[in-house]
Amino acid sequence: MPNMDPKKTAMPVQEPNVRNKNFNEVALGYTYEQAVNEAKRCLNCKNKPCQSACPVAIDIPSFIERVANEDMEGAYKIISESSSLPAVCGRVCPQENQCEGKCVRGIKGEPVGIGRLERFVADYHREHSTAKAEVPESNDHKVAVIGSGPSGLTAAGDLAKLGYKVTVFEALHLAGGVLVYGIPEFRLPKSIVQKEIDNLKDLGVDIETNMVIGKVITIDELFDMGYEAVYVGSGAGLPRFMGIPGESLNGVYSANEFLTRINLMKSYREDSKTPIQHGKNVAVVGGGNVAMDAARSAKRLGAENVYIVYRRGMEELPARKEEVEHAEEEGIIFKTLTNPIEVLGDENGKVKGMKCVEMELGEPDESGRRRPVVKPNSEFVLDIDTMIMSIGTSPNPLIRSTTPGLETNKHGCIVTNGDDGLTTREGVFAGGDAVTGAATVILAMGAGKHAAKAIDEYIKNK
Amino acid sequence: MKLFRIVKKEALNPTVGKMVIEAPLIAKKAEPGQFVILRSNEDSERIPLTIGDYDREKGTITIIYQIVGGGTMELDRKKEGESLHDFVGPLGVASHLEGLKKVAVVGGGVGCAIAYPIAKKLHELGSEVHSIVGFRNKDLVILEEDFKAVSDKLVMMTDDGSYGEKGLVTHALENLIGEGNQYDEIIAIGPVIMMKFVTEVAKKHNIKIVVSMNPIMIDGTGMCGGCRLTVGGETKFACVDGPDFDGTLVDFDEAMKRGGMYKEFEQHAREAECNLLKKEVE
Repeated sequence: MPNMDPKKTAMPVQEPNVRNKNFNEVALGYTYEQAVNEAKRCLNCKNKPCQSACPVAIDIPSFIERVANEDMEGAYKIISESSSLPAVCGRVCPQENQCEGKCVRGIKGEPVGIGRLERFVADYHREHSTAKAEVPESNDHKVAVIGSGPSGLTAAGDLAKLGYKVTVFEALHLAGGVLVYGIPEFRLPKSIVQKEIDNLKDLGVDIETNMVIGKVITIDELFDMGYEAVYVGSGAGLPRFMGIPGESLNGVYSANEFLTRINLMKSYREDSKTPIQHGKNVAVVGGGNVAMDAARSAKRLGAENVYIVYRRGMEELPARKEEVEHAEEEGIIFKTLTNPIEVLGDENGKVKGMKCVEMELGEPDESGRRRPVVKPNSEFVLDIDTMIMSIGTSPNPLIRSTTPGLETNKHGCIVTNGDDGLTTREGVFAGGDAVTGAATVILAMGAGKHAAKAIDEYIKNK
Repeated sequence: MKLFRIVKKEALNPTVGKMVIEAPLIAKKAEPGQFVILRSNEDSERIPLTIGDYDREKGTITIIYQIVGGGTMELDRKKEGESLHDFVGPLGVASHLEGLKKVAVVGGGVGCAIAYPIAKKLHELGSEVHSIVGFRNKDLVILEEDFKAVSDKLVMMTDDGSYGEKGLVTHALENLIGEGNQYDEIIAIGPVIMMKFVTEVAKKHNIKIVVSMNPIMIDGTGMCGGCRLTVGGETKFACVDGPDFDGTLVDFDEAMKRGGMYKEFEQHAREAECNLLKKEVE
């Protein structure tokens, strides 16, 4: 008999006023009983609408059925067939727009907590399973993967399972890409990312850090070294700025820099050797997940007032709903329908304020969202000492500028042929933010997955 | 795990050290003007350092560093035979040195470590090289013999006149131009304030001026945006657009302010590192 509670089993979390002072994980995860209870809310629909909305097409009803029957290892096996990083996805996927958005239980109540169950299964496996991954039989073909973010790791995992000898090249000193430099510890503990990476290594994947492809080795040279195909998952690149006066003042960060200092370099710790400004009044410009991460990190560094400054309304915020709710609970102040026009500095070149205008929503624009327009005579100054720009990125130039024949579009994104990620260079595939511009972890994983399949076919048919 | 072994280490003066690092892949590709990012230990800060020299056969990269903060003190405590935890490069765009007939290379302080490979490459390419190198005093002079070997003319300047001629590099540059030397280009590398004033001289005489910027940086690969500069009114990133820029377009005053962003933290880190040293001595 299914559990007909219209609401999801609540997720235990740290109290908002406790967690906004530490970097430990906010959501604590289901207990065994809570997971089984939530799994019983699934109606096991025959047509599986949830699965069709998952970018990596996990057989969701089947894994949830295993959880309901307390076969956690069985559930893990089903998820693993489709996803290389379940502990990560269970935490950071925008489920409300994907699987949970299509859940039948969501029509008259709350959808099944699919993300929470996925997280539970992955965590349970990590804590209880001692079984080592089986190293597949080698097929003697070599593939190079550029970038060890979600897209590259997914492609590497899928190819390794097919018997390919995969080398992942990472520019930074640590593997994980945005999972280690971008997403904060309180949302995605780095020990979990490390474990997922160790799993790939157990499958025989080589990870070479400190390797900037395009500089130390070019893509052409990778082919000379015997790699038969290359997957480019180099991610999003340079941060965008607004082009308003004062953006070079001390105290203006890009979200990338602010988060990299905190997450990769651990500057939130007392003993870190990398500095960061602990602002008292902080404005984060932008409304996406990255903006929420930056705002909540600034709060945890001890800021008294942290503002999200966004030019559209609350309804239009592109961030995951849960992140917005968590941010509000933690005391982040939302200044929506507000746009900065100038950063003000003191005589030492430090930020002391931000001149803004109020906005109102006009006619829908090409994105379908209502276009924000400036309200006349609405100028005001927000007192701040730190400003974090989180308005997106443009793709990294290192690979396109050193790979002849690799076509990019006017934004600098690598051009690919449909879902397979085939670029204009034979044997070179690409996916993730390097192709789409800044998007989500799961879309990058989906691209890695499709490309791995396409690479397998390409090498087999060569 | 890859090892970046310190093949050789020497002190060039009391505050400047030199290390030759085993990094064959980087040595194969390095060009003058490019840089590396290193971390001495697993918990160290990432430090960008310009490539001082490279040996493609031996597979080594030479770095020259001024011991100024916690990070460089930590680096300097490493001994010959030990290894650096991380060493990545070559980063940045190489200097464009082809086709120049006569060039003035101006180096200030530890900036001479970057100026030297440029002078050397120009010499190899057959350019006439006039090097002007400046230091605060005699004790801080580095690379004199190296510069001599690759320069058609070498002018040594010290602020206090304790070695070479007394005065600033800009004076020497003015003198050389005044003597009728016609340069295709001036390349200036050193403290931002020095590059600013060399640029003024170049502008006055309508000579092309290239400066090498060394701003605060984290990843060095075009991700964090910390190294941004205003060049010709636009935001540029030293790590992927530079580090060389047309001096007449660089907003030096802004770059100086941005360079001082973490002064207090650095002061603190330096003290912490000194205390650590003291303890070891005791």
